[in-house]
This record gives sequence, C-alpha cells and structure tokens, in this order.
Amino acid sequence: MTKVLDIPKVNAKNMTEKEFFYGHKACAGCGGSIAVRLALKVLGERTYSALPAGCMSAVGFIYPQMAFNSNAIITTFPGSASMAAGIAAGAKALGQKDFKTVVFAGDGGTADIGFQALSGMIDRNDDVLYICYDNEAYMNTGIQKSGLTPYGTKTTTTPAGQNIPGTVTHKKNLFEIIAAHDIAYAATASIGYPQDFINKVNKAKHVKGATFIHVYASCPTGWGTPTETSVEIAKDAVDAGLIFLAEYEDGEYKLNRNPKEFKSVEEYLKKQGRFKHMSDADIQCVIENRDKKWERMRKNWL
Amino acid sequence: MVSGKLVKRLTNDQLTNDQIIEKMSRPKHTEYKTPTHIDDYPTGPQYEAGFLPEKNAGWRTFKPVVNHDECIYCLRCYLLCPDGTIMKDNGKIKIDMDYCKGCGVCAHECPKDAIEMVKE
Repeated sequence: MTKVLDIPKVNAKNMTEKEFFYGHKACAGCGGSIAVRLALKVLGERTYSALPAGCMSAVGFIYPQMAFNSNAIITTFPGSASMAAGIAAGAKALGQKDFKTVVFAGDGGTADIGFQALSGMIDRNDDVLYICYDNEAYMNTGIQKSGLTPYGTKTTTTPAGQNIPGTVTHKKNLFEIIAAHDIAYAATASIGYPQDFINKVNKAKHVKGATFIHVYASCPTGWGTPTETSVEIAKDAVDAGLIFLAEYEDGEYKLNRNPKEFKSVEEYLKKQGRFKHMSDADIQCVIENRDKKWERMRKNWL
Repeated sequence: MVSGKLVKRLTNDQLTNDQIIEKMSRPKHTEYKTPTHIDDYPTGPQYEAGFLPEKNAGWRTFKPVVNHDECIYCLRCYLLCPDGTIMKDNGKIKIDMDYCKGCGVCAHECPKDAIEMVKE
C-alpha cells in the first residue's frame, strides 16, 4: 500500500480548475452534489463514474443535458458495485492505466438495495472506490425511510403521530459492516468538513483495491432546512456527535475527531423540519444511543 | 476523457487550441440543434460529456454579490458551492451566473461575510 506521506496533498488552492459535475439540476443547496463534485475534482479527468438510480443520476443525466464532464453511466439499482467492477476489469483488459472507477450511490442504493453487490465487490477486492452520499432517506422518490434513516425522522413511510415518533429504528452501522469485510480502506466523512473529505478521497484514490467512503450529505428539501444552511447542518451533526469521522485501514479503526464536549443535540434536531415533532423523551433516546456508541468507540478505537 | 465526437464538434467550430481546452475545463452553455437527419441521432442511450443546452439561472431569486475589498481569497466558497459556479480569476473569485441557483451557501459560509445575497 502507498504510504500516506508519499501522496501529494490536495486542497482548494492546488486542486484542478476543471469541473466534472456542472450544470446539473439538483435542488439549490444540495449536499450530495457537493460531495460528488469535490470527489470528481480530486479523482481527476481519468475517472469512470457509475451511478445507480438516485438523486445524482436523476439530476445529472437529463437528455441531452449531460452534467458529467467525464465518463459516467447509470447502472441498475442493485448492481452498481458489480457494474463498476466490470468497468474496472474492462478498462484493464483494454490496457488502460492510471484510471479510477468510482460509484456514487445514495444511502438506499448502498445500505438496502445495492448491498449484496457492494459486499461481493469488496470480497473480490475489485479496484473500485465506492462513495455513499448519505442523506438519510430515499430523497429522489419523495422521502421514504431507508436503512440509514435515524431514530425520530419523519418520512412519508414513517409519519410521526400519536403512536410512533416517526422512524422507530436507529441508523444502520454501515461503516462497521463494511469494515468487517476486512476492506483495504474505509472511511466516514461529512461535507461539513470538506478538507477531511478531500483527504480521504485522495487517500482512497491511491489505494489499489476496493475502498469505501461514507459521506454525510445534507438535503434541504427532505430535511426541511433553508438552502443556505446545508453545510452548517452537516457540520453540526458531527459536532453533536451523531455522525463520527473515522477510518479503517490495515485492520485498525482510527477515530479522526474526538471532541471533549458535544454540541447540543436538541439544537441540531430542532433546526430541521423532519425532527420538529420530537418530544423530550425521544431526544433523550437519541442522546442515550449516541453516548453508548461513543463509549464503545473511545474504548476500542483510540 | 472526452469523446471523439466532442473534439470533432469543437474543432469544426474552428476554435484555437486554448479555446478548446478552456471549453472543456468548464462546460459552457451550448445550443441544442434538433437532429435533421437520422445520422445526427446518437447511436444508443448516450450523449457527449459536458453538453449543456439549458441554463439554471432561472431558478434564482437572490443572487450573490462579492465585495472584493472584504474577500481574503480563502476559497471556502469555491470548495462548498454545490454547483461549482465559483471560479478563480487571478486572485479574485468570479461567479458563473448562468449556472448559479442562488442557494446562498457561499454567503452563509463566508468567514468574512464578503458575499451578500441581493434580490434580483
């Protein structure tokens, strides 16, 4: 594996001027499009993108408007990882060198529908970078609950009412499930910390084999937040401890950010329309779950 | 990677080499011509990369206005623009108003409040 010190650093000052995701039709302030745009800028021109059904494929390929300025293809919903593995194998067979294959899938396309293909891709160790932009529900089809929707979220399939506080299950622990495959490199990130995300994509670019990045990306339409606060909300989620920044490499977990004190969870939740209905008991349930998780992470990952 | 068709179309317009490179680095608005012959249609469900016949400017209610005296060129807005419309222009930032949707992320995230959202 390439040593971390050998990888050239990428930041806003020296990153390429080229735009590879431009003129798309995503909602104003879309967090997912920030993640896709930054990742493509880090990966460069010689990139093959594969996108399953989801927001980014719906907004990027509106015939004849082609927002992707490099090679990109829409894949089947459950087969994005296997299709990307095929692209990587095909390009290799043609004798191409110095290229990267990347998948941009939403949380539903990763944790629920595309999961078996992803698991197989990691098992075969295909040279693919899989980026999951997590906006915590099926946003493209109109906000339905997915496996990564957190406790208390109001969605159209889990409406909040007298009997249930919206979603009653907690977020699936996707990062640890992926790491359990003993993958070469996996990481979690948030668009609220863009430089951290860029560094992780850059690291994954230089790893040969299957890599995975789970990036937390806000959705103003589905979350009921003003468009200008979409980056702030993604940062608040990390500061409140509901999202953690970690890496898995060489069989070791590493916690990148270990804040001494968390910001108020209630303040983070009350900013968003999808959590407005939550009672104090529900918020307490979220905090308890967070503390339990952090206790385990601090014990084992530091 | 650029398809051969795009290079052909660009060279047909008799652009200089620099202009071709500039055109490919940031896709620009391109007129869509309805095909008149069967050969003009693409051979499958595919199209040229970075072909933009439509603009997004009509989505906007507020437009960002940059105060260059306050701006410290930290490039946080450049990193966080969801549409990538902010570009570097000799130590100053410039906004492509054809594709800015007016979301206001740049103005909200600016550490010096150098960007103001003004109603159009």
